[in-house]
Amino acid sequence: MAALTPISRKPLSLVIPCIAGAGGLLGLFVGTANGSGLLGIVIGAALVSLMGLFFIFVLKNETTAKWISILFVAGLGFLFGGVPGVILGAIFGWLFHWFIYWTYEGRYRARLLPYLTPGQVLWHYTFLFICGAIFVFLITPILVVMPLSFNAQDFFTFTPEMLRLDPEGYSLKHYRDFFTNNEWQRSFKNSLIIAPIATIISVSLGTLAAIGLSQSHVPGRRAIMAILISPMIVPLIISATGMFFFYSQIGNWLEGTLGFNKTFVGYVKVVLAHAVLGIPFVIITVTATLVGFDRSLTRAAANMGANPVTTFFRVQMPLILPGVISGGLFAFITSFDEVVVVLFVGSASQKTLPWQMFTGLREQISPTILAVATILVVISIGLLTVVEMLRRRSERLRGMSPS
Amino acid sequence: MSDTTQSGPVLAADGTPLKRSLHRALRIQKLRALMLIAPLLAFVLLTFIVPIGQMLFRSVENDIVANTLPKTVIALQDWDAASGQAPDEAVFAALAADLYVASNEKTHTRVGSRLNYETPGISSLFRKAGRKAKKWDVENDGPFKEQFIKIDDGWADPDVWRTIQTYSPKYTNGYFLNAADMQKGADGAEIRPESERIYITLFKRTLIMSLIITGACIVLAYPVAWILANLPSAKANLLMILVLLPFWTSLLVRTSAWKVMLQQQGVINDTLVWLGLVADDARLVMINNQLGTIIAMTHILLPFMILPMYSVMQTINPSYLRAAKSMGATNWTAFWRVYFPLSVPGIGAGSILVFILAIGYYITPELVGGTKGVFISNRIAFHISTSLNWGLAAALGTILLAVVLILYWAYDKIVGIDNVKLG
Repeated sequence: MAALTPISRKPLSLVIPCIAGAGGLLGLFVGTANGSGLLGIVIGAALVSLMGLFFIFVLKNETTAKWISILFVAGLGFLFGGVPGVILGAIFGWLFHWFIYWTYEGRYRARLLPYLTPGQVLWHYTFLFICGAIFVFLITPILVVMPLSFNAQDFFTFTPEMLRLDPEGYSLKHYRDFFTNNEWQRSFKNSLIIAPIATIISVSLGTLAAIGLSQSHVPGRRAIMAILISPMIVPLIISATGMFFFYSQIGNWLEGTLGFNKTFVGYVKVVLAHAVLGIPFVIITVTATLVGFDRSLTRAAANMGANPVTTFFRVQMPLILPGVISGGLFAFITSFDEVVVVLFVGSASQKTLPWQMFTGLREQISPTILAVATILVVISIGLLTVVEMLRRRSERLRGMSPS
Repeated sequence: MSDTTQSGPVLAADGTPLKRSLHRALRIQKLRALMLIAPLLAFVLLTFIVPIGQMLFRSVENDIVANTLPKTVIALQDWDAASGQAPDEAVFAALAADLYVASNEKTHTRVGSRLNYETPGISSLFRKAGRKAKKWDVENDGPFKEQFIKIDDGWADPDVWRTIQTYSPKYTNGYFLNAADMQKGADGAEIRPESERIYITLFKRTLIMSLIITGACIVLAYPVAWILANLPSAKANLLMILVLLPFWTSLLVRTSAWKVMLQQQGVINDTLVWLGLVADDARLVMINNQLGTIIAMTHILLPFMILPMYSVMQTINPSYLRAAKSMGATNWTAFWRVYFPLSVPGIGAGSILVFILAIGYYITPELVGGTKGVFISNRIAFHISTSLNWGLAAALGTILLAVVLILYWAYDKIVGIDNVKLG
C-alpha cells in the first residue's frame, strides 16, 4: 500500500494551526512546570509556528531543518531542565521537524486510500494514537521497574540524581543485595528446585494424555478435557484452600506413618501442587500441536515394522517437540510465578522467590524487589523468545506458512 | 461381487464377522486412548479434584460438638429452646461429665472456639468451666447447675444453650448461612443485623469490580486486537510482543510495578506534580483503594482479552467491510452492522475468561487493594490463615466455586475448552 495516493503540499491555513497546536501542547507542560500554563501555550505555539514558516519559506532543505530543529529545542530543553532536558528536547525537536514536514508535504495521506475524506483521515490517526496509548499502558509498568532497580537510594521512585542522569544516582547495590542476602538466595534456590521437577511431572503426564486425547475415539472426551483444564479455571485461592487441607493430612501421613524427613515432605507437597497447576497449559499447547499432526505418518511407520514405542520416539515426538517444549515453558513459568498455593501448602523452608517478593511487598518494602523483578523480566523475555521461535519452527515443520 | 453370493454376515480376513472385528478394533483403540489418559486423569483427580471435594465437604461438616460433648447433646434433645430458661440439672451433669473428659484431653477449648463463631463469648465460658471441671469428681460433686453458674453466669443464658443445641448435629448449613450474612436465630434462619453484614457486601463488590475490570479490558483490548488483526503480519508480530511480554512477566513483577507507579510518592504522582497538574500537597490517592485494584488488574488481565479477540478478528474477511462501504454504508454503519457482530464471539470468549480470572484474584487486591479494594478471596485467605474459621472459608469458597463453574460451563458451551489458545 506504500505511496498509493499521490500527495500534494497543503495550504498554510491547515499546516500552521496543526504545528502550533503541537507546540502549544508541549508549551503547556513546560509552562505549568514553570509557573504559567497559558504563557507556555502561547510561547510554544508561536515558536513552533515560526520554526515551521522558517523551514518552509527560507530553508527549503529538509536535512538541515532536522538538525536545526533538534539542536534548537534541545537548547531550550537545557535552559529548563539541564541534561535530561537536552535529551527530551532533542526528541521533541526531531518530532517537530517530522511533524512540520509530515503535515506540509501531505505525507500523512501517502499510505491511505485516496478517496478518504479529511474526517476519515483524522479518525484514522486518532485511532492509531489510541492504540499507541494502550500499548504504552501495557508496557510502561515493566519499563519503569527496570531503571528504578538501579536506584542508589532505598526509594521506590526516581530521585533527582537519577533524573539528572548523575552516575551517583545509580548503583548495583540492590542486585548485590539479591545475590548476597541469604533469604533471597534460599528462596531463589527453592524456586529453581521446585519449578523444574513440577514441570517434568506435568510435561510427561500431560504429553501422554494429550496424545491419548487426540485419538479419534475417546469416550467422554469433553468431560475429561473439562477436568484436566479445571486447575487453570478454578480460582487459585480455592485450589489453595482445598490443597491446604488435603496436603496437611498427606504430609502428616507421610511423616508419621512412612517416617519421611519433614523438609522432603514439604518439597513433595509443593511440587505435586505445582505440577497440577501446570498441567492445563501442557494439555492445551500439546493438543494444539497435535491438531496439525499428519496421522498417516504413524501408520507409515507401523507399516514399515516400527513398534508403537519406536514410532512415538522416532516419528511423533520430533514433530510435536516444539509444542511440548512450549507447554513445558508455560508449566515452568506457572510454577516459577506461583504464590498463592505455595503460601498455603508450603512451610518456611520451601519459601520460593514469588513468596519472598510477596512478603517483601506486603511487609518490609525493600527495593531489592525491583532488582529481582528486573531479573525476572529478563528471564521472561528469554522464555518468550524461545516460545516464539518454537512456534515458528513447529509451523514450518507442519508445512504451514509462518505467520 | 463375490460377497453378495455369500449368505450370512460379512467376514474379516481371519474368519470372524467383520462387524465384530471392527468393534474389537474400536474397543482396543478406545482402551489405548484411555490408557494414555489414565495416569494424568488419576493424578489430577487425586491431587486436585479430591482436595476440592474435601473442602466442599468441610463447609457442611460439624462433628466437633457431637464428638466432644456426646452426653450433653443427647441430654439437650429434650430441652425446649423457646422456654427462655436454662436447661435443668440433668443437662448440666452431662456437660460436667463431657467437660471432665474433654478438659483432660484438652479438646474443650476447640469446641469453645467453634461455638464462638456463632455466639461470641462462648469460648471463654468453656475455657473457665474446663479449668474447674478438670478437678471435679463427676459422680459425687453434683448438683452442677449452681456450680456452673457460679463459674460464669453466662451458663444461665438460654442463648448459649440454644447455640449448643443448634450446632449439635453432625452436619450444618450454619457456615453457608454465615457466608450469606444470616444466622440461626430462635426461629430458624434470619438475616444478621445491619452492622454485622459483610459477606454480601464483599460478594457484591467482587462482582461489580470484576465487571468493571472486564468492561475496561473490552474497551482497551478491542482497538488493539483490531489493529493486530489488520496490520501486515510482520508488523503485527512485532506489536504482538508488546502484548505477550506482560503476559509472560511474573504477576508479582507487574503488581510491584503498579505499586511503584501508583504510590503517593510514586512515578505517576511525581510526574503530575512536576508538570504542575497536581499540587504537591494534594497528590492523588491511587493505591490501597478500589481504583488501584482496578487499574492493576485491568493491566494484568488485558492480554487474556486481547488474545481471544485477536484470534477471532483474524478470521474476519476484510472484504466484508469494503463490500458494506461500496454499498453505501458509512464507516460507522459498516463497522457496527458488519464487523462488530462478527467479532462478538471474541468479545464473549475474552470476557468470560477475564471475568473468571478476576473474580477469584487474590494477590493483586491483597497488595494494592487496601481495605476497600479487596475481594472475597482475600476474606477466604483471612479465614484460613488468621481467624482459622475453616468451615466459613470453605463455605465462601464453595459459593465462589459455584459461580466460577457456571461461567466455566458457559465458556465451554460458547467457545469450547478445546479452543483455548495461549500466545
